[in-house]
Amino acid sequence: MKQFLYFLTILVVAAAAGTPASAQVTPERLLNSSKEPQNWLTYSGDYAGHRFSALDQINASTVSSLVPKWVYQLGSTGKLETTPLVVDGILYATGQDDRVFALDARTGRPIWLFQHPLPSDVRPCCGRVNRGVAILGDKVYFGTLDAHVIALDARTGNVAWDATAADYKLSYSFTLAPLALKNMIILGVSGGEYGTRGFIDAYDAKTGERKWRFNTIPSPGEPGHETWQGDSWKIGGAPAWITGTYDSVSNQLFWTTGNPAPSNRGVQREGDNLYSDSLLALDPDTGKLNWYFQYTKHDEHDWDSTQVPVMVDLDGKHLIAHANRNGYFYVVNRSTGKLISANPFGKVTWSNSKDDEGRPVATKESSPTLEGNRMCPGAIGATNWYSPTFDPQTKLFYVNAREQCDIFSTAPQTNEPGHAYYGSAYFPADDTEPYWGALRAIDPATGEKKWEFKHLSPSWSGVLSTAGGLVFTGDAEGNFIALDAASGKPLWHFQTGSAAYGGPMSFAIDGKQYVSIATGSALFTFALP
Amino acid sequence: MGVQRARKLEPVLFARRRTLFLISAAGALFLVCAALTVRAAQDVNPFSGDPEAAKAGASQFRSNCAFCHGLGARGGGRGPDLTRAHKRHGNSDAEIFRTINDGIPGTAMPANGNTGQGVGMTTEEIWQVIAYIRSVENKGSAQSAGDAGRGRHLFADSAGCAYCHMVEGKGGRLGPELTGTGAARSVDYIVDSVRKPSRRLAQGLLEATKEFPQEYETVTVVTADGQMFLGVILNEDNFSLQMMDTREQIHLFDKTKLRSVEKTRDSMMPAYDPKTLSDKDLQDIVAYLISVSAK
Repeated sequence: MKQFLYFLTILVVAAAAGTPASAQVTPERLLNSSKEPQNWLTYSGDYAGHRFSALDQINASTVSSLVPKWVYQLGSTGKLETTPLVVDGILYATGQDDRVFALDARTGRPIWLFQHPLPSDVRPCCGRVNRGVAILGDKVYFGTLDAHVIALDARTGNVAWDATAADYKLSYSFTLAPLALKNMIILGVSGGEYGTRGFIDAYDAKTGERKWRFNTIPSPGEPGHETWQGDSWKIGGAPAWITGTYDSVSNQLFWTTGNPAPSNRGVQREGDNLYSDSLLALDPDTGKLNWYFQYTKHDEHDWDSTQVPVMVDLDGKHLIAHANRNGYFYVVNRSTGKLISANPFGKVTWSNSKDDEGRPVATKESSPTLEGNRMCPGAIGATNWYSPTFDPQTKLFYVNAREQCDIFSTAPQTNEPGHAYYGSAYFPADDTEPYWGALRAIDPATGEKKWEFKHLSPSWSGVLSTAGGLVFTGDAEGNFIALDAASGKPLWHFQTGSAAYGGPMSFAIDGKQYVSIATGSALFTFALP
Repeated sequence: MGVQRARKLEPVLFARRRTLFLISAAGALFLVCAALTVRAAQDVNPFSGDPEAAKAGASQFRSNCAFCHGLGARGGGRGPDLTRAHKRHGNSDAEIFRTINDGIPGTAMPANGNTGQGVGMTTEEIWQVIAYIRSVENKGSAQSAGDAGRGRHLFADSAGCAYCHMVEGKGGRLGPELTGTGAARSVDYIVDSVRKPSRRLAQGLLEATKEFPQEYETVTVVTADGQMFLGVILNEDNFSLQMMDTREQIHLFDKTKLRSVEKTRDSMMPAYDPKTLSDKDLQDIVAYLISVSAK
C-alpha cells in the first residue's frame, strides 16, 4: 500500500508538472496556428493554405550555413509524398503502404511506427503513397489506400478507431492528408482513374462516426445532375484528393475536385460534368454546397483541379488563388465564387478565347482523337497536386510549373468495376526540346510572373515560404534549394540523393528553427549549425 | 527504454505475427496447391487466339504500354517494336507475362503497376495484352534484308560508327552503347537516328522511372582559367555538371565556378546522308545491330 501511494504521488506530480509533448491540440489552436509558429499543425501549415512559416532564424543572410541535422529512412521502396506535422517537439508523418510514424523532431529518433495492414488486392493508382496526417485532441488521423479513415493515439500509435468510407474493391482510396476542423476530420477520396463517384466526408473526431458526405457528382434531382449524359454520373469520377482550406470568417470550407472519368474520353459523358475540376465552397457544419466554380468544363485531358485552394487577401478583397493543372492561374472571389482573373502561368494551347465571365474556353480542336493530338499542357499538367505557397510578406504566390506537351488519344472503353477507366491514353510529344520545369513567382494581383527559377526536369516538390525572406523547394535531380523570395536567386542547396515529392515545412524547438523535406523514401531535416 | 520502444512498435510487429500465424495455420498443403495454381496461371495464356481478348488487350496496351512501345506496338523512342517475332527477353507466353509483370531490371521496363503513374494491370489484363501482341506480331523471323556480316565491317571501319559507339565491348564511349539497340528500337527509329541524329536525342522516361538520365546533349564548357572542353553531358543538376570530352576524359564541374556552359541538342554525331552512307550500307548496319542484339 505504501508503495502504491508512492507510485501514485509520482504520477500526480508528473501530471502537475505537465509536458508540452502531451498537450492537447484543440480546434482553437488549429484556428490560431499563426500564434505558434514553432509548430506545423496542418497540412498547409494554416487553414489558409499558405504553407508559410513565420520563423526567420534561417534567412537570406544565414541560410548559406544551413546543414543537415538528421535523416530518417523508411527503408521501403516507393516515394514519400508526405508533409510532416510537428507539435511541441514531436513530428508526425506518413510513408509508403500506409505507414505512419512519430519522431523526436530534434533528433529524428522514432517514437512509434504504425502500418495499416492492406489487403493484397488493393491496386491504387499512381504509387502507394500518402501525403500526411491531421492532428486533433490527442489523436492523429490518416486515410488509407483501402479507403479507411483511421485515428491513432498520438502518444502510442495505437488505433483509436477505424472507419470504412468506401469499398476499395471498387477502387476508392485515400492518399491526401485529412483536415481537422472543429470536432471533425474531413477528407476527400481518390479514384479518378476508375469508374468511381467522388465524395468529401466529415467524421466525428472522437468516435469516427460519419457526420456528412458531399457527393461531388449530384444525384438525380439535384442541381448539376443534368450536366451528365445518361448514367455516366454514376461512374464519373470527380475525386477530391487534395486537402482543402477553411475561412473561419465566412465559415466556408474550400475543396477542389479532380477529373471526370474516363479521363480521356468525353463522348461517353456529354455535358459540363459538374462538379469535376471545380472549386467547392461548403458549409463545414452540414456539408452543403454554398457555391462552386468549375475550372475545366467537360475535361478530356485528365486536368484534375486538385491543387490546394490558397486563401489570399488583397486590398480588402477576399480571394482564392489557384494555379491549375490546366495551365491557368485563377483568382476567384471567395465570398461569391465569381472569377476575378485567369492568366496562363505555363504554355497553354487548349484555349484561345474566354467566355463572358472570363473563363478560358476550350477550342474544338483540343479534344483527344483516336490517333492522338498534341496539346499543352500535357496530361500531368502545368502543375499537379504538390503544394504552392503564398508569402504574405512579398504578396507573391510560388508554384512549381511544368513545361510539357503530350499527345492525347481517345478510344471507347467500357467500365468494369475495379479496373482502370481512362478512355485511352496520352503519349509524350515527339519534341526536339525535352520537357522542363520552373519555380515561378506569380503576383496574384495581376497574374504576372515576377521571376522564375528553371528546373532541368519538372519538379514534383511542394514549396515553402518563410519570414526569413526565403522560398524552399526540392527538385527532380534531388536538390533541396533555398531561394531569395524577392528575386528567385538560389542561396543554398543540398543534394539529398533522390527526387523530391514531399511538401517542405518548418518548425522550431527550444528557439532553433528547422526545415524538413521528404525526398525518395527518406525525411531530411536541416538547421543552422 | 528498449522494452518500451518494442511495445510501441507493436502495431507493425503484430501485423507480421498475425501473417506468420495465418501461414502456419493454413498448412503446407494449401501453400503447395496455391503455388502450383499460380505457376500454372502464369504459364498459359487463357485467352490464346481469342479475338475478343486481343481487342480488350489493345485497349490495355494503349493505356499501359503505348507510352513507350508506340501505338500499334511498333516501337517508340523508349521501347522495342513488339510486332517482331523475336523478343529479347523471351518469346513464350510465360516469358512475356513475366517481362510485363516483373519488369526487366537495368532497363526502362518497369514492373506492372510500379511506375507510380498508372493503375497497373490485373493478371487477366496482362494476358489480354499478350493476346493483343500475338495478334499484331509478324510471323516468321526478324527482318534480315541487310547483310549483317558486311554491316559489322562497316560499323567497325569505314562508316566510323565504332569511333563513338561500343558494341560487345569494342568501340568508343562518347555515344550510346548499341549492343542491345537492334532489339530495343524499331528499324525506323535506328534509321532515323543515323540520318538525323539531332532530331531527337536519347530519350529518358518520366523522372519517376528514369533509369538512365543521359540524353547525350552536346556541351561546351569554358573554365574560369579559360580552358575549353567539348563533349557530351553524362549528368547534371542546377549546380553541377558531369561530362565526357571528345578524348573520353570525364570532367566534374561546379557550375558556379565556370566561365560558361553552352548546351545544345545538336548531336555530336554527324548526320549520315545517303551520299555519306548509302541506303544499302545503312541496311547492312541495321542488320548487324539486329543480329548482335539477338544473341
